[in-house]
Amino acid sequence: MVTGHGPVERVVRLWLPVGFFLLVALFPFYWMAVTSLKPNAELYNKNVMPLVLHHPTLKHYIDLLTQTSFLVWTWNTMLVAIVSTAISLVLGVMLAYPLARMRFAGAGLIAMTVAAIYLVPQPLLFIPLADVINRLGLGNTLGAVILTYPTMLVPFCAWLLLGYFKTVPMELEEAARIDGAGRLQTMRRIFLPLCTPGFISAGIFAFTLSQNEFLYALIFLTKSSVRTVPVGVIAELIRGDVFYWGQLMAGALLGSIPVAIIYSFFVEHYVAGLTSGSVKG
Amino acid sequence: MSVRSELLVGAARPPRQPASLSGWLDRQSVFSWLMMAPPLLFLAALVGYPFCYGILLSLQDRPVAHPGTFVGLKNFAANFNDPIFWQVTANTFIYTAAATVLKMVGGLALALAMNQQFPLKNLVRALLLLPFIVPTVLSTVAWMWILDPAFSVLNWFLIAVGVPKPGPSWLGNPVLAMVSIIVINTWRGLPFYGITLLAGLQTVPPELYEAATIDGATGWQRFRFVTLPLLQPIILIVTLFSVIFTFADFQLVYVLTHGGPQNATQLFATYAFDIAMGAGQLGRGAAVALAMFPALVLLIAALTVYLRRG
Repeated sequence: MVTGHGPVERVVRLWLPVGFFLLVALFPFYWMAVTSLKPNAELYNKNVMPLVLHHPTLKHYIDLLTQTSFLVWTWNTMLVAIVSTAISLVLGVMLAYPLARMRFAGAGLIAMTVAAIYLVPQPLLFIPLADVINRLGLGNTLGAVILTYPTMLVPFCAWLLLGYFKTVPMELEEAARIDGAGRLQTMRRIFLPLCTPGFISAGIFAFTLSQNEFLYALIFLTKSSVRTVPVGVIAELIRGDVFYWGQLMAGALLGSIPVAIIYSFFVEHYVAGLTSGSVKG
Repeated sequence: MSVRSELLVGAARPPRQPASLSGWLDRQSVFSWLMMAPPLLFLAALVGYPFCYGILLSLQDRPVAHPGTFVGLKNFAANFNDPIFWQVTANTFIYTAAATVLKMVGGLALALAMNQQFPLKNLVRALLLLPFIVPTVLSTVAWMWILDPAFSVLNWFLIAVGVPKPGPSWLGNPVLAMVSIIVINTWRGLPFYGITLLAGLQTVPPELYEAATIDGATGWQRFRFVTLPLLQPIILIVTLFSVIFTFADFQLVYVLTHGGPQNATQLFATYAFDIAMGAGQLGRGAAVALAMFPALVLLIAALTVYLRRG
């Protein structure tokens, strides 16, 4: 630990490294913003100093919102993220509650299976899943991703909630049981209302994971009207070899904003969720 | 704790009545399995079944939109005789190893730098996590523009400090393309390491450092013999997590290079995608994807067992 030495040492040990990490972490976002506000004449002129704006314009944003389906993609992304997060929280609770509170044969095995499924990456499953989705007739519908995102989100929510549930004291539930409440009633009326912070952590994580998902959306959604933001940006703002850089950067920035806003409101919950898996083990 | 509570609950409950339905539903095992049945069936249908079906597909010659014919291990033999497959294997291991080492070392440095008191610390921490929060595809598009062959801002900077024009072709040169995807993966994943390790650092009791200092330990010795051993379990878990998802990475490479130039950045996931979705050979594609399985099984088993023990 640093013990209060001189200001020079503080610059070297604190501000230099922290400043470096901040610069590297944030430069791409700065670059997105600057690029999205430059007129094409400035964007593709090598003789202009590129790091600052000379003639800011909103043209790329206007083009993005009027000439592409960006708003439709944003709506689709939100809808899919919210619905699959809700489904995953409900199914996640149904897995985590018995594992956290009940004693029954096979509990250990189920807990390990849930953890293992959480760790199975999508590229292992996407080819057979594509066939399953086609056979179900869900190709090019939002149902395809609403159904498949929970395959990664349910084990994830269950795992995170399991950790959280174990930290909630049991006394209230015991009292309710003694008063004659059934198990379902105890869980719904007594236990779940105590777990709001856990739900917020798991919900934000699931929401950001849904917004980030690309592979399933790329395969299942090939019509512009059902695309999500990441797939729409890649598939429609890059046409052949032509890159619409101004619109691409505007789209990337606008697409990042919802996640960033939600994250900024709940950053403490996010960090708690992020670190609970590993720190508490 | 749970033993005591069961005794309490058991004592308060009337003797078990085997005939009553509500009594049966109240049993822990019955309640648990009924509760877990919907999510377990869901996972069995959409993870378990596709996984088994993927193995079946890998044993078939299965052009897209045609029925498959069983061909035994022919697809795996085709992998074995395909020089690109071996290049993909090497690429994936190089990519995973290099990115993991960079993230681990950089993340540790970030955590140590952040483990000091300074104003606006929480704001700085929130900003540092942004690369990890923002959808990968969108930040990768920004990197693509930073590395653009004609208008790269990185090259503008390099030329300004004396590198000869036109500067390196980041995505056009096989070696530089691999360096690029490794660096961008590191950029995105490093905050996850950093913030998780920082949380670990904050659990180290200050008395240990004080005791070590009294015993005459230097700063490096305190790090080596106090910090590092206490962080070791967290480092292991974070690393296993990140190795699994780096090994199976798709988005970054698909967007930035499409596996090029000349397959120099092709990974298992992007190659399986090209064969299955591009060339329409579902069977062969499934066999490429399954090539990830042995390594993933080892990693997942290690992490699952480790998480359970902790």
